[in-house]
Amino acid sequence: MADVTTNLERRKERIDRGIKVRTEGIYALLSYREIFYLLVPRGALVIGMLVVPALLPELWQRVFSLIGIYALLAMAFDFLLSFVGLVCLGGALWVGVGGYVSGALASGFGLPLAGNLPLATFVGAALCTLLFLPCLTLRDIYFAIASFVYPFIFLHVIEALQILGGTEGLIGLPTFTNKWVAIYLMAILLLLFFFALRRLGSEDVGLVIRAIRENDQAVKASGINIIFWKAVVTFVASLLGCFAGAYLCALYGWTGMSYFALDFSILPIACLVLGGSGNFSGSLIGAFILVPLSELLRAFGPVRMVVYAAILAFFVVARPEGIMPYLTRKYHQFERWVEV
Amino acid sequence: MSPEAKEPIVKVRNVTKSFGVVMAVKNVTFDLSKGEILGIIGPNGSGKTTLINCITGFLKPEKGKIFFDGKEITGMPPHRIADMGIGRTFQIMRPYYNLPAYKNLIVPLSSPRAKRFAGGGKLGERDTVAIDILEDVGFERDAYVPYKLAGALPLGYLKRLELGRCIAMRSDVIICDEVMSGLSSAEIASLVPLIVKLNMTGNTFVMIEHRLRELFKLANTVIVLNFGEKIFEGKPEAALEDNGVKEAYFGKGREVRL
Amino acid sequence: MDLFVYGLINAACLVMIAVGFSLVYGVSRVANFAHGAVYILTGFVVWTFLNKAGLNYSLTFIFSLVITALIGFGIYQGFLIRVRGMPASEIISSFAVGLGIIELLKVIGFVGVYGNRVFFRGSVTIAGVPVDCQRLIGVGTAVAVTLFLFYFTHYTKIGLALRGIAQDEPAAMMLGIDSDLVASLSLALGSALAALAAIILLPLGNIYPGIGYDALLYAVAVCIVGGLGSLTGTVIASLLLAYAQVLCIRLLGGQWQMVAIFLAILLILIFKPSGLLGRQKELEERV
Repeated sequence: MADVTTNLERRKERIDRGIKVRTEGIYALLSYREIFYLLVPRGALVIGMLVVPALLPELWQRVFSLIGIYALLAMAFDFLLSFVGLVCLGGALWVGVGGYVSGALASGFGLPLAGNLPLATFVGAALCTLLFLPCLTLRDIYFAIASFVYPFIFLHVIEALQILGGTEGLIGLPTFTNKWVAIYLMAILLLLFFFALRRLGSEDVGLVIRAIRENDQAVKASGINIIFWKAVVTFVASLLGCFAGAYLCALYGWTGMSYFALDFSILPIACLVLGGSGNFSGSLIGAFILVPLSELLRAFGPVRMVVYAAILAFFVVARPEGIMPYLTRKYHQFERWVEV
Repeated sequence: MSPEAKEPIVKVRNVTKSFGVVMAVKNVTFDLSKGEILGIIGPNGSGKTTLINCITGFLKPEKGKIFFDGKEITGMPPHRIADMGIGRTFQIMRPYYNLPAYKNLIVPLSSPRAKRFAGGGKLGERDTVAIDILEDVGFERDAYVPYKLAGALPLGYLKRLELGRCIAMRSDVIICDEVMSGLSSAEIASLVPLIVKLNMTGNTFVMIEHRLRELFKLANTVIVLNFGEKIFEGKPEAALEDNGVKEAYFGKGREVRL
Repeated sequence: MDLFVYGLINAACLVMIAVGFSLVYGVSRVANFAHGAVYILTGFVVWTFLNKAGLNYSLTFIFSLVITALIGFGIYQGFLIRVRGMPASEIISSFAVGLGIIELLKVIGFVGVYGNRVFFRGSVTIAGVPVDCQRLIGVGTAVAVTLFLFYFTHYTKIGLALRGIAQDEPAAMMLGIDSDLVASLSLALGSALAALAAIILLPLGNIYPGIGYDALLYAVAVCIVGGLGSLTGTVIASLLLAYAQVLCIRLLGGQWQMVAIFLAILLILIFKPSGLLGRQKELEERV
């Protein structure tokens, strides 16, 4: 029998930084250093979001809007995944429904943008929740497949029936009058959703919802209606997604079958895998990296998709936690080698 | 506490449940009186957990009816039944591993039922109520134990956490599925008084157990299941004498000296 | 009458495409969403061998089957082995691989119309309906493959090992069955089956990379409707879906044929998620 010895002389040890421990709870108000420690990342985010769009050249401002759209989709996906454990492979459904409802409201009822966007968001979200309702009782892989299939159904039905503009789509829809309105609407809403969802996670309600993912039998035995809360989470995620769709429609003044494209389902997942799921900053970082990359690669055609696929495959397999947890760890903890 | 001679709080009538060709529960009927401690025993595979799953709504029985407090609850979803007042523990323990022990109780404390009863606590107060409940159940209050991650707790504490959930929900009927299995004698010795105390304050208990010695000390009535059928109902001492029970556990034709 | 025959042929095609996916998932619980990509990849590999390398049919087919099996093996060893056990990651990673393959085909330049030649020209008339020989070969192969797989999974050691892992992985591992090796083999086998389907079916029309997505969709649809893990279910589901499609085309027009498939998936998922003949226990399919 071989000798069982360890070759390890040293091991890596991770310890919370002193300042992190000092900032737990109310002790964060001890001194300016602690306050800065907490505020700097969040402040950088807020200030960055509000200032950067003004500094960007014209072309990149539109990209910023696109980043926002994909970030919203990624956050919606993350919300469903890390809170309730539902893998929704059909983000395109949200975009399509949001876009088409917005388009229908504009061309059918002539609603101006100020009323159109919120209405499209809520109506779209209600519609998507209704569509997902029968699927909420299904297990993960079945729900994933069902959600994957939904956008295709809509795509083919629209094409077959030639309704809602058919293959050409609805055109001539109202766009944003002022480009600054477009950009800052997106920036502010992104920040709002970001902080709101994080707050939700640390509230008791968020705890209950996350418990559903961990052990739904125990939650059921605690007298809580799981389907109801799953529907609530789906509704909130659909709000984000449908807003993204309605916003896209308002950005280009056009809605069509491409709103149900695979792109809108896959890229947010790639953003999330890259950035890290669990906390919503991963979606933001992933979007900020991948969307400009995708715009740059647009000139190269299908290589774009190959790059997404490669990134997805690599990150899911090799670094499943994503970038954000790595950065968070660096910020909160330090590592050192320790003698065994 | 002696059971009150009134309308039984839970009535199970002719419940049958099969999985494919396997009949897990066959035509089981019994009554549960308020304040009683009922023991359900039987060899492995006799359908005890399946019966409990039918009563608490996790499974739908094919035939039969179940009544709670006069209302029929057959086939209701589990959260409705829990909401009405039947709580249960799980045989296979699964707490919320990544949450501290007291946070585990936030979930039942946020349920509609807990909110209806005063003392469920509102925003922020739930943490305090959770720690109080943990103390009731036997966690040491001033130690680090309630704040430990549930995944790091030993089995005895986890079982008590399960009971804590039923307390948090102010369940009238608490169904314990093998709550004493896997515990050391010391841990059981601290669990039994807890159950007695809860029973004295008005909770009705149904206990599925393999540890007959402790169960017979606690239970007023005992039901024996074998291959899904109820083969005995009565006092614990009488269960040890009954031939059917002996056959179920030991097989035919053996002399049993206890 | 021709509806009947066309439906049967369509069913055979579906069986061929779906059986590889069903085998892999139902038997070793690995969801191979790169199945469609492997299918279309074979088509182009065959084209390259036939036209660029000038090989004859038999060599081409053998090489294609071997290459595809190796690719399947490689997909498992390279990607799925690291995410085994996490359904979301399995789906995403295998789908990413499939996506990468299909888009890579587009990048290499296989855009536009390509076509593989059929084996035999000419057609046969069955019951008054003209059927070309290639399709007949397809039906024959489908039957042969089904029978072979049935025998394989029920009577050979490897086949039984595959089923053992699907039913209870820890127990199978305790009995000395190397779960990873067996899963890699099953993936190789599944990919080889996809290759076989591609070799026989793709010559019936033009080939373009987008077929990969359609093939995956068909495979998933058949397996969902029939029940993951049941060979009989796959056959019955293929028949059902094939006839549904054919009827749709006849009664409603060609553009509805995919909608029929999708609706079938959705309906089954809602009412009986484990499929018509699926064997997942009642407690497992719903949350």
